[in-house]
This record gives sequence, C-alpha cells and structure tokens, in this order.
Amino acid sequence: MAGVGGAETTGRKARWTVLNILVVVYALFPVLWIVSLSFKSKATLADGNFIPREWTLDNYAAIFSTTEFVRALVNSIGIALIATAIAVVFGTMAAYAIARLDFPGKRFLVGVSLLIAMFPQISLISPLFQIERSLGLFDTWPGLILPYITFALPLAIYTLSAFFREIPWELEKAAKMDGATPGQAFRRVIAPLAAPGVFTTAILVFIFCWNDFLFAISLTSTENSRTVPVALSFFTGSSQFEDPTGSIAAAAVVITIPIILFVLFFQRRIVAGLTSGAVKG
Amino acid sequence: MSHALTTETKEKPGPSPKAKAALSEGKKAERRLGLLLCAPAILVMAAVAGWPIIYSVWLSLQRFDLKFPDRVEFVGLDNYVTVLSNSYWWNAMWITIVITVVSVLIELVLGMALALIMHRTLVGRGIVRTSSLIPYGIVTVVAAFSWRYAWTPGTGYLAEIVAGGEPVLTEKIPAVMVVILAEIWKTTPFMALLLMAGLALVPDDLLKAAAMDGANAWQRFIKVMVPVMKPAILVALLFRTLDAFRIFDNLFVLTGGSQGTSSVSMITYNNLIKGLNLGIGSTMSVLIFIAVAIIAFIFIKLFGTAAPGSDNGRR
Repeated sequence: MAGVGGAETTGRKARWTVLNILVVVYALFPVLWIVSLSFKSKATLADGNFIPREWTLDNYAAIFSTTEFVRALVNSIGIALIATAIAVVFGTMAAYAIARLDFPGKRFLVGVSLLIAMFPQISLISPLFQIERSLGLFDTWPGLILPYITFALPLAIYTLSAFFREIPWELEKAAKMDGATPGQAFRRVIAPLAAPGVFTTAILVFIFCWNDFLFAISLTSTENSRTVPVALSFFTGSSQFEDPTGSIAAAAVVITIPIILFVLFFQRRIVAGLTSGAVKG
Repeated sequence: MSHALTTETKEKPGPSPKAKAALSEGKKAERRLGLLLCAPAILVMAAVAGWPIIYSVWLSLQRFDLKFPDRVEFVGLDNYVTVLSNSYWWNAMWITIVITVVSVLIELVLGMALALIMHRTLVGRGIVRTSSLIPYGIVTVVAAFSWRYAWTPGTGYLAEIVAGGEPVLTEKIPAVMVVILAEIWKTTPFMALLLMAGLALVPDDLLKAAAMDGANAWQRFIKVMVPVMKPAILVALLFRTLDAFRIFDNLFVLTGGSQGTSSVSMITYNNLIKGLNLGIGSTMSVLIFIAVAIIAFIFIKLFGTAAPGSDNGRR
C-alpha cells in the first residue's frame, strides 16, 4: 500500500467519504424519523412525510403534563442509577479479586458469571414473578434493581477485569513494600488508577438497565415502578379516540437523549469498554 | 467476556511463585480478601439467578394456575408433555430460530463490513464510530416504535415507498422480515465492535507481506485476516446468537406476537404474565434454558479450543 499517488489518494478519500456517509445515514435514519414524528402537529402526524410540515412542541408538553410519563421517568432514572452504582461497586471488588488475588472458588465464580451472561432472561421471569410476589418485592424499585444488578454483574466483572490488566501493578507492590495491606493497596493506589475503567463500565451498565424491557414489563404492574420503555408501550392517548403516536414519539426521544449524550461525549470509552471486555484475551 | 477465564489461567504462573515465596500468613490474608471481595457479587447472583432457576424447575413440575390457586398439585412431567405437543410452542420455536439464524448471518456480513470501515477509514473515523454506537445504545423499544411507525400505512415513509401502502406488520412473513430488519439495524454495530477488536489484532506487516506476494484484497481478507480474527468472530457469533434467541422487545412492539409471530420468549411471557399460568410458563422457561445451553454447547464443541472460555487460540 506504499507509493500511492496524489490523485489516487483523493479517489480513495472520496470512496471512504461515501462509505462513511452511508454508515451515518444507516445509523441515524430511524432516530431522525422518531424525532420528526415527535415534532409533528396532530394534523400532520399521519401524513407520512419524513420531515414535519408543521413543527410543534405540543407532544412534549402533553407527556410532561401526565404523571404516567413523569413518574415513569423518575422510576427509570432512579432504578438505573441505583442498580448501576451497586453493580459497579460489587463488580469492581470481584474483578479486582479475579485479576489479582489467588483464592479458592475463583474459577467457579468466573464460570457462573459466564453462565449468567448467556442466560435467557425470560427463564428467570416466572420464578422471580412468584418469589417477588411472596416477598412483597413485586412492583417495587428493589424488585427491578435486584435482577438488573444480577445481569449487569457479569458485564461489569468482565469489562473491569480487562481494564485492571492494563494497570501498572508494580505500584501495588511498591505500596505493599511500604507497609500497606492488600486492602490499603487496593483503596489508595489501585482504585484511583482504575477510575476510568470503572466509569466506562458504569456507562455500559447504565445503558443496559436503561434499555431493559422484559423485566420491567413482567415485574411491575403500576406507576409505582414502571419504567419509561414499559410506560411507552402502554400509552393510549388521553381519550380512547386519540392516537398516542405523538406522545410515544416524544417520550421515546426523551429517553434517547441520555444515550445520545453518552455516545457523543464518551464514544472512545464505550468502544474501548465493549471491545476490551469481549475479545482481547 | 472470554478473557476472564483466560486471564485466570494466564495469571496462574504470575502470582503463584510470588505466593509460594510469601509467608503463609500473607497468603491466608490474600485468600480471605479474595473471598470477601467476591462475596457480594456471588450472593446477589446466587439469590437472584441461582435459586430462581432451581425454583422454576420445581414450578414446572406442578399444575400451578394463579387463577385457580387452590388447585396446585404436583404433576411430574405433564407440563412438558403439554408444551412439547403444542403447535403454538413449535411455531414460536421455529420463528425464533428463523429470526436468530437470518439476522445473525446478515449481521455477520454487515458487521464485518462496518468493522472494516471503522478500522480503516481515512476520514471521519470519530463520526463513523459515534454514529454507529447510536443503534447499540438506543432503547430497543424506542427503535422498535420508530420502525413500527415507519411501516404503518399513512403514517410512515417506508410503508409508502417500499410496501406501496400495504400494512406489512399484519401479515406473518412480511412482519417477521420487518422484525429481522429491526434486529439487524440495532445489533450490527455491536457485532462490528466485537469484530473490530479482532481486526486490531491483525498485524499490518502480515497484510503487507501478503500484498507483496501478490494476494488481492479478497485473498488477504480470507487467508490472512479471517484466521487471525477467528476467536473474535466466534465470540461475536456466540453472543449474538444467544442474544437473538431471546428476542422479545422488538416483537412485542412491532407485532405483539399476532399472526403467529411469537418468539419463545414472547409465548412464555404471554402464558405467564397474561395467562398467569406459572406451571406452563415455568416449563417453557426451563425449555428455553435447555435450548440456550444446547446452542452454547454446540458452539463450544464445534469450535473447540477457540471457543470463549478456553485459554488457547488467542494472542
């Protein structure tokens, strides 16, 4: 690939540009469509035009005036944040132990995590439904947070142990030489170095919790703990003759905003997290 | 995901000589700390995944309809006979397999193309990577609604242009095709990212040497890149296959399982949450679990040491 002429370089650049535009269009088309729907007025909602003929914020005003949506948004944010925090803390502890310490049962823990990562979530729905009803956890925040932590843990453990392998561990040895216990070495030296990896993992785990639909629709029954993806699928419009399309589109755009922000600001981290956690062995 | 096991086996020669040299007191402390650090993760996974799966096997052996809670009784394998002789179940299994196989195969091809674009592009690499992360990150239900409205006659642009105003989502085969399309759109970037990690392992020198020897682009791809990428390809295929097999969100929004388009997850959900039949629902849960175990087993058998979880075949 050496010795490429100037004209050829321009040609290749043009070809790459076309390919890149194709990718961007592919990725953004469905998103722009739902955004467009959310800004259409009632009269033009069903005109089939890709770009709104009349722009309006009515759909947004409508969803934010219902408790159905606002409550679901609060549930979504609260549940995802709490589940992410707990999963990342537990995951960090376990990943550190797996990456650095020698202890019995390590192989077992890794095996179990692998199993859960591949687990069909639906298989947990029926027992959890029954167990949560008898424990009073059905349709509560903890009732969703617990399964989210469980399924986020393998993701957190794998991603974090990949990051932990990149850390210069001589520093830990040095700290131990200076008289720190393994626990102190973990907290004082390694934890700060591991922070970027932990942050990346937190983003991935949050996206997972934010995305969930199956647990949320099966283990909730009221506004108490219903998250936005589920509330969306139950939107019916303010009267039975009213089409909920506008409201659904607006709500869909609202819960897409955090994802867009993550992707815009942390693209590199997300790519690093997904790829290192999955393949580099 | 595969590296964790790998890590473990690879680390072994690392810490153990050090541990041998260290005082037994220090080793004991290390063991205690290791167990202590893993305890919360183990407890949560045992309580929320381990115990329920055992419990669901127990539930599957009973007649347990929540509409008739006083008629619960142990019926052995009766539920399995009921489910396995039911045509709806087999239809759902068939639909699930078709969706899984078709979407994963197309994703592999598209994902490879996208991975090559993301890896090699000369211009705008950041923009390409950022935008291709959007399908990965977006809430599946949101994307599904976007597709649903796009295919709704009158409302949507695709319904007019592609389907000529026909309601595609109310007929079995077109509806399944739309579902597959939605799956492919959402998960190709994830596939591409996994493959890109494999691409990064292909040494540039090797490609250059092959080019010198007169290999064309296709030969370089098949003879040089694919063998090096094999572990990455297998991991990506395994993940996506198991993930596609549990398809639920897209189907729920796009067709609601009507016209015989239910997947196995969908039919289980309907029996369980809508029908409140815990016995039958649990039986289906266990059967899906077994199906997933078989798929994972086939992958590992077929690809031997290069399969995820083994310590050979990478780097």
